Amino acid sequence: MTRQDMSAIPNGDLLVILRHGPHGSSWLREGLDAALVAAAFGQRVSLLFLGDGVMALLGGQQVGPLGQKGTQPMLEMLGMYDIETLLVDRGALVERGIGVSDLSVTVSLVESEDIANVLAHHRQILNF
Amino acid sequence: MRYALLVQGGPYSHQASHSALRFAQAVVARGHHLATVFFYHDGVYNAARLSAPPQDEPHLLDAWRRLNDEHGTELLVCIAAGLRRGLLDEREAARHGKQGHSLEAPFELTGLGQLIEAGSHHDRLVTFSP
Repeated sequence: MTRQDMSAIPNGDLLVILRHGPHGSSWLREGLDAALVAAAFGQRVSLLFLGDGVMALLGGQQVGPLGQKGTQPMLEMLGMYDIETLLVDRGALVERGIGVSDLSVTVSLVESEDIANVLAHHRQILNF
Repeated sequence: MRYALLVQGGPYSHQASHSALRFAQAVVARGHHLATVFFYHDGVYNAARLSAPPQDEPHLLDAWRRLNDEHGTELLVCIAAGLRRGLLDEREAARHGKQGHSLEAPFELTGLGQLIEAGSHHDRLVTFSP
């Protein structure tokens, strides 16, 4: 998404901001839980991945030896819940050396300076 | 205005609970209605009924209870986040074969759907996270 097509930023009832990677804390899992429940309640939900949150989108994740459930299966369920707006801070990808082709799901890239606009397009925001 | 708060920080670990309570007190002092406080993530520990802080520190549990008592604020705890962390009311304790319970009224175990409802039905939902 470029600055020229800001009109493409969807309006939504709820924007869930995800700022943590899939391991090391339960922020991502509990944030995704909130998004899925909101969608199940009929809200139009968008996700915005910022900072380390972009790590959630990497493909080929394994649960690993720590005994925590992975979050990748939850990402695969988003479509079933009609959560199709996955916005990603392009700068966060670049900083971490991640290309769009490394991601396991289809996303829309957002420039850092447009993030305020994304927030303004949603009635409510939850930040994880 | 009708307010809801989302508290996601553990008590005495992070500033979040203290800030949320101060905000809550300011909300009611200004004549607004603090309808709901929803505890999620490590915020669920705010509901631990055996909390016993030193006497010279703020008693967060009692302060939450007082909000319910004086202003009718509902104190909702996410059941999924709570059960994982050992926050069980009598019913859940019995269901899971546990001796004793760690959460009691006026705190209520509820689903995340109640958070979404609070966000939809109140004028403001304000989050306090670590």
